[in-house]
Amino acid sequence: MSILMWTWIIVGLTFALYIGIAIWSRASSTGEFYVASKRVHPIANGMATGADWMSAASFISMAGLISFIGRDGAVYLMGWTGGYVLLALLLAPYLRKFGKYTVPEFVGERYYSDVARVVAVICAIFVSFTYVAGQMRGVGIVFSRFLEVDITSGVFIGVGIVFFYAVLGGMKGITYTQVAQYCVLIVAYLIPAIFISIMVTGNPIPQLGFGSTVSGTGGVYLLDKLDGLHKALGFAAYTAGTKSTIDVFFITAALMVGTAGLPHVIIRFFTVPKVADARKSAGWALFFIAILYTTAPAVAAFARTNMITTLNDQPYASAPSWFKNWEETKLISWTDKNGDGIMQFRGKNAPDGLENELKIDRDIMVLANPEIAQLPNWVVALVAAGGLAAALSTAAGLLLVISTSVSHDLLKSIMMRDMTEKQELLAARIAAGFAVAIAGYFGIHPPGFVAQVVAFAFGLAASSFFPIIILGIFSKKVNKEGAIAGMLCGITFTAAYIIYFKFINPGANSPASWWFGISPEGIGTVGMMVNFVVTLVVTKFTPPPPENIQHLVENVRVPIEL
Amino acid sequence: MSTQANLDAYWKTNLRYLTILLSIWFVVSYGCGILFVDALDKIHFFGFNLGFWFAQQGSEIIFVILIFVYVNLMNKLDQKHGVAEA
Repeated sequence: MSILMWTWIIVGLTFALYIGIAIWSRASSTGEFYVASKRVHPIANGMATGADWMSAASFISMAGLISFIGRDGAVYLMGWTGGYVLLALLLAPYLRKFGKYTVPEFVGERYYSDVARVVAVICAIFVSFTYVAGQMRGVGIVFSRFLEVDITSGVFIGVGIVFFYAVLGGMKGITYTQVAQYCVLIVAYLIPAIFISIMVTGNPIPQLGFGSTVSGTGGVYLLDKLDGLHKALGFAAYTAGTKSTIDVFFITAALMVGTAGLPHVIIRFFTVPKVADARKSAGWALFFIAILYTTAPAVAAFARTNMITTLNDQPYASAPSWFKNWEETKLISWTDKNGDGIMQFRGKNAPDGLENELKIDRDIMVLANPEIAQLPNWVVALVAAGGLAAALSTAAGLLLVISTSVSHDLLKSIMMRDMTEKQELLAARIAAGFAVAIAGYFGIHPPGFVAQVVAFAFGLAASSFFPIIILGIFSKKVNKEGAIAGMLCGITFTAAYIIYFKFINPGANSPASWWFGISPEGIGTVGMMVNFVVTLVVTKFTPPPPENIQHLVENVRVPIEL
Repeated sequence: MSTQANLDAYWKTNLRYLTILLSIWFVVSYGCGILFVDALDKIHFFGFNLGFWFAQQGSEIIFVILIFVYVNLMNKLDQKHGVAEA
């Protein structure tokens, strides 16, 4: 059977599964729609969190990104996993104990202020829309590459599926669909990785193959071989860094703290039955995420080695068949600059003085893996289904945050307090429907700045939610004046820095003009510090919070009701 | 057992656990993986330079272990202070 046929079958089956789950788990109350009635098993929630968190970018782009930047790729590996330690130890159990539906709701009650809540709602909506646009685009791209439909139709199909299960099932539908999506995406990621690992090193476990010797070289370690290849072709050594230490430090911190502050991740821990389950569930979530995140750097090194040894200095006429297949998608291309018919792959300062002739898109490192390893056609189809699962699961989690922010935080709690539960549920569904439609629009007409605004999402989450929630739990004294001032200063500072270097004066976006050498990607860490400092200073000079807030904090700190 | 002294002791121990665990979290990622990565890279660990290993694989594995250690410590602490959920 052809790849296309297999892809339609496997994608069709997974979609049927998601729809089946949505019908089985449709929500009938706001409690089910917002937090799946708090009845999700901690391990199931861990899987759902894994799918919720790992986006199209983690699945399709991350390994390729690492293979191009070598050791500095660790900012993503550490940055996007280390936040779960913060989440498990500092946030999840306490927010679960608080026991409500949304993150802005905690901010509003702890700081006894609708203003604080509205500021939090705006941050949540902005961060979530930033993200979701990229996911819908990812769905369209997978469709166009693997199923030969145009991107627009692909986005429409994706919107239709998400609309169905998010609007019908709310958090309950999304949770169980995400569990299924995690299983699809992890299998799709691991199978090609295992085979490539066997092919390159003879070790079936990619994490171990990463540190093993390369088959047929008489005991040369993979990474040593890769470093040697890099040097010979004029690239910096794979295992050496090129970014400055301070920038790596700040980017990693911004990604970690941003992760811990992202509302669609935090609310997943509202769905488990107990406080103890919230802690355990965070551990399982990171376990399931780490399976992919420890495979990715191994895949990056395998793919990089493969790419160099099978393509470099080979005659174009005898290029492998996967090269010809992927040339059509323009993800890989060759220009014969010196007219010798041989493909030269070179870095900037190649010792032999030759020019680079190969252009390779980072996404190809994951997408073409099954073909490079000569795996059967159904594995290629599985990778397509995995990419879709990663994109759809993340999109659904984000859309839920947007819809609950509107129906619960804005309508029910501030603008229309006398809504009945039935009306609120309807409002939540309508809001989810609108959010899906807007996300679909951005998927078809992506704003040119999608890539730039990812730094925004993490920077804003890091500089707004994280400090305020932490202080709300670990201090009884921090008051609403401090919190509001802290959030506004943190966001304004971070946004101003990013907007200046990304939009107003992109020409100046280089280490020489950054403050202390910190790039816009890492500035969220400074924004977070600004937030902490401003909150604490303003709190010192304004009245303390009322008595009942001190009790609220005391109560949040222990698992049982006091 | 929900006397103020008991709750204060519970919270104090919790904060001690957090301090220890987050110190390890900081040392393996920001320490071994970023600040001292070049020094550690001089040490070889199976097929890896040690600093590179912490940055790309070791930290992630240690993070998972840290959370499960925390889960166990807190479950015991909840029991000890009589604040575990039914």
